[in-house]
Amino acid sequence: MPEFLSLIGAASFWIATLRIGTPLILGTLGEVLCERAGVLNLGIEGIMTLGAMAGWMVVYQGSGLWWGVAFAAILGAGVGLVHSLLTVRLGVSQHVTGIGITLLTTNTAYFVYRMALPQVTSPPKIIPFYPWPIPGLSGLPLVGEILFNQPPLTYLSLALVPLVAYALYQTPLGLALRMVGENPYAAASQGIPVYAVRTGAVMVGSALMAVAGAFLTLSAFDAFFFNIVNGRGWICIALVVFAGWDPWRALGGALLFAGFDALQLRLQQIWGSQVPYQFFLMLPYLLSIAALIIISRHAKAPRALLIPFRPRERV
Amino acid sequence: MRLEPRPTPSLVMMVLAPVLAIGLALLSCSLLILWTGAPVWVAYTALLQGALGSPFALTETLTRAVPLILTGLGVAVCFRAKLWNIGAEGQFYGGALAASLLGTGGFSLPWPWLVLVLLIAGWMAGGLLLWIPAWLKTQLQVDEVVTTLLLNFVILLVISYLLEGPLRDPLALGWPQGRAIVDAGLLPRLIPRSRLHAGLILAILAALAVWILERFTIWGLERRAVGANPEAARFLGIPVQRVILYTSLLGGGLAGLAGVCELLGLKGYLTLDLSPGFGYTGIVVAMLAQLQPLGVVAAAIFIAGIYVGADTMGRTLGVPTYLADVIVAAALLWMLVCMGLARYRLRWN
Repeated sequence: MPEFLSLIGAASFWIATLRIGTPLILGTLGEVLCERAGVLNLGIEGIMTLGAMAGWMVVYQGSGLWWGVAFAAILGAGVGLVHSLLTVRLGVSQHVTGIGITLLTTNTAYFVYRMALPQVTSPPKIIPFYPWPIPGLSGLPLVGEILFNQPPLTYLSLALVPLVAYALYQTPLGLALRMVGENPYAAASQGIPVYAVRTGAVMVGSALMAVAGAFLTLSAFDAFFFNIVNGRGWICIALVVFAGWDPWRALGGALLFAGFDALQLRLQQIWGSQVPYQFFLMLPYLLSIAALIIISRHAKAPRALLIPFRPRERV
Repeated sequence: MRLEPRPTPSLVMMVLAPVLAIGLALLSCSLLILWTGAPVWVAYTALLQGALGSPFALTETLTRAVPLILTGLGVAVCFRAKLWNIGAEGQFYGGALAASLLGTGGFSLPWPWLVLVLLIAGWMAGGLLLWIPAWLKTQLQVDEVVTTLLLNFVILLVISYLLEGPLRDPLALGWPQGRAIVDAGLLPRLIPRSRLHAGLILAILAALAVWILERFTIWGLERRAVGANPEAARFLGIPVQRVILYTSLLGGGLAGLAGVCELLGLKGYLTLDLSPGFGYTGIVVAMLAQLQPLGVVAAAIFIAGIYVGADTMGRTLGVPTYLADVIVAAALLWMLVCMGLARYRLRWN
């Protein structure tokens, strides 16, 4: 038990929690935006993979790290546009479209990577983001080390939480977004362009997912490898339900989840000799399923989630 | 340019959709081939040659189609009832694991009977793997998309553990792999000096059985009713939850069967790369077939041809074989576009 407490009390544990949590925060926020507008985006896993590859590739070709992030975001928004052309305009199945987007983007990412680097055995590396200590605050004991000595994308993800919450709950645009996700017909009768709002939400959400992927290759690691995303996107989908489609609770859920993951990595070092490592690796997935089981009965999804808007077909 | 809803879905478009989708997928992926610097026409000719160009290529394509028919069926029956089974990959491995547990010598029976037992065991394992998410869906409203997806990762890790631990073949060097299935448990080859095995017959029989079930029985009718409108189905007195649960046993079982056939007919021992994504490709197969069981057979053979042909193309032109996955994914998205355009008309003004 004292061993356990010293584990939780160490600054390195909390730093790891934030590092593991960053892509989850970004991805979950992106998915919250999509689903709040009424569109389930199962493309998340593939968009993250594409963002990870594209961001890394831009930097590997000699551009700056921020260009990598920007390129990933633009590419993500483009994929979001494709997703919304199918699900929002044509109104085809959001489930199948999302899986199709994931298959397409994942395999395109692998294809481009293989094509650009045909004969590499170990993945080539770039120089990733360094932590940016915040002057004055990073010197604080423990808190400074944990919160104010992080790489910039982690600050970005933390800053996006209040920003998304503000935009969603306090601005007319956010109101429009939530309306098209709850009752698009009522929204349309108020003069809100339903298709445009939904498309915009999916594009911005997908851009965030791509940045979540770019964080993996540009900040958490320094290379791209196959299966780099490894189900993180699907975990974000579970986190959205767990968070009740709310940005602040998404932050809480992502950090809670990341905390368990960080703990799991440390327990692996302690008990690794007795328990096979696969059982530790299984924990994040089982935890997500458990979270869904606990929360789902009380979950209140946006009412128009999964339902296409077909104004002229209503009787 | 705008979209205008059609009064009734266009029949021509529905029929043409799969052909159109594959054509558009090949067309859009030729951009990727152009980027690699390979000549597009030569590349696609090599693909066609590799898929159909010789008797051996043809048997390879059919061999690859076996697991795709079964996972495609497994997905199609579930999607028909709007049970979003994205876990065919996990169910495939679940079936293979069950067959590997029983078929590697611990359990002794003469030839056809052992195969039968292994098939049933694989069926039950795959079915159970989908029954759990379906039960959670019906009882606790847990979204089955996420649970089936996450179970794919869990089952792979379970197998990874077993193959490095208790099930590991002590004679195999290097990669972790399971012990060999005993001879009495293997599916026979259909054509000598090819890899085509009796799994093909099983898969086609399964497609016929599902077709009969869907077309001529009350269970099929109930499943379609639940998929079309669960509220109305409940109002008619159809036990919606029970229909979803037995659909899960059927769909998951079919995907599990795919794993067993691949194991007993082709590989002979369990590995972690038994499936290069057959479960996910099954979704594409089911959609291209518009969820029709007999269409699944045709779609699976077609998709298998793309994969087998892409191997040849990759070898001769140096194009990464991930191109096949890109073509298949693009076909799925184009298929959705075509299905959407069956409901809408494009107006250019």
